[in-house]
Amino acid sequence: MPEETPSQTVGPYLSLGLPWEQGPAADANGVRISGVVRDGAGEPIKDALVETWHQDPPAFARCATDDDGRWHVVTPPAPFVAVHVFARGLLRHLTTRIYLREPGPDPVWESVPPERRQTMMATPSEDGYRFDIRLQGDDETVFFDV
Amino acid sequence: MPEPTRRLREPPLDFPDYRSTALRHPRQPLVYLPEQVTEMAGPQLGHLRPGAIENDLTRQHDGDPVGERITVSGRLLDTGGRPIRDSLIEIWQANAAGRYRHRWDNWPAPVDPNFSGGGRTVTDGEGRYEFVTIKPGPYPWGNHHNAWRPAHIHFSLLGRSFEQRLVTQMYFPGDPLFPHDPIFNSVRDRQARERMISRFSIDSSQDNWALAYEFDIVLGGRFATPIEESH
Repeated sequence: MPEETPSQTVGPYLSLGLPWEQGPAADANGVRISGVVRDGAGEPIKDALVETWHQDPPAFARCATDDDGRWHVVTPPAPFVAVHVFARGLLRHLTTRIYLREPGPDPVWESVPPERRQTMMATPSEDGYRFDIRLQGDDETVFFDV
Repeated sequence: MPEPTRRLREPPLDFPDYRSTALRHPRQPLVYLPEQVTEMAGPQLGHLRPGAIENDLTRQHDGDPVGERITVSGRLLDTGGRPIRDSLIEIWQANAAGRYRHRWDNWPAPVDPNFSGGGRTVTDGEGRYEFVTIKPGPYPWGNHHNAWRPAHIHFSLLGRSFEQRLVTQMYFPGDPLFPHDPIFNSVRDRQARERMISRFSIDSSQDNWALAYEFDIVLGGRFATPIEESH
C-alpha cells in the first residue's frame, strides 16, 4: 500500500498558486467572519492563508492575509465552520473550528479543555463576527490533531 | 494521548533549523479531533474541468518562458491505493532562474515576463494529472549562511475531505542541495522524505519537446475511508 506524502510549508509566495475566484465569499447571503492571524510575538502574519469549510450546505472559502495579517470569509450562518491555517513557518497546516455561538452537545467542543474553549468562539462585531487566530502564546488558539 | 504514527512521517511544527517556525508553532498540545461529519466531507470541485483551467504554465503569455520545458504528471491516491478522482490540484513555483513573480521576491535573478508560475488542474477518473511547465531554479532564502532551497514545485491538494487536505513540495531527483535544506530535512524519516522526490522518466519524455518527471501523491487522513462507488 502506498504511504502518505509528507507535508511542507506553503512558503511566502502562496498567493501565486492559490487564487480563488469566489474569493472569501462562500455564501453570498452568509455571515462575515474577519480577524487577524498573529504569531507568538503578537505580530500580524502577512503570509498566511485561511480556509473554511461548512458541510451542509457545502461552502468552502479561502482568504490570504493582507499586509496587516487580516482575513475574512463570508460563510453560512451555521453554529460553526471548520478551519485550516497555512503560513510560511508552518511545516504543516493547523486545523481548528470557529463557533459563532456556544454549541449544544458537541464532541469536538467537549474534547477541548473548558478553559481553552473560548479561543474557538467568534465575537459579534459591527459587520458580522470577529475571530483572531493566535498561532502561539497567551490565548493561543486551540488546534486539532487531525 | 498517543501520537498518531503518521506524525512521525510528517515534519514537526517546532523545528529550530527552520527559523520561521520559532514564533509560529503552537506551544499547547494539539487536541485530538473526534470523528466528525464536517471534517470527513470537503468541497467537491470536479466541475472545474481542465480546459477552463491552466495546467500548461508555458502558455500563459504571448512568448515562451526561458528554461528547461518539462512535464510533471502522476496520480493522486489514498493510502489504500485507490485513485482520488475529480480533485483539484494547484501548483506554484519559481522560474528557471529561481525567481518568484511576487512583489516580495527581490533577489538579483531575472523575472521572466513569459512565466507567472501558477497552475491548476483536476484529476481524471484514474486520479491522473499532468502539468507542462519549466524546471524551477534553486534560490537563496536567508535562513542561514548560504541557505539555498533545492528546486521545487509547491503542490496543494484538496483530496476528498477537509481532513485530507495537504500542501507539500515536489523535488527533483539528485539535487545536491538536499543535505543542506532544513525544510526538506524537517521530514525526519528518510523514506518519507524520498516520497517528495519526483522520478525522471525517459519513456514519458517527449522527443524534441520536453523531459518528463513523475510524481504520485498519497493522501492519508484518519477518516480517509472512501465512499463506495455507485455503479
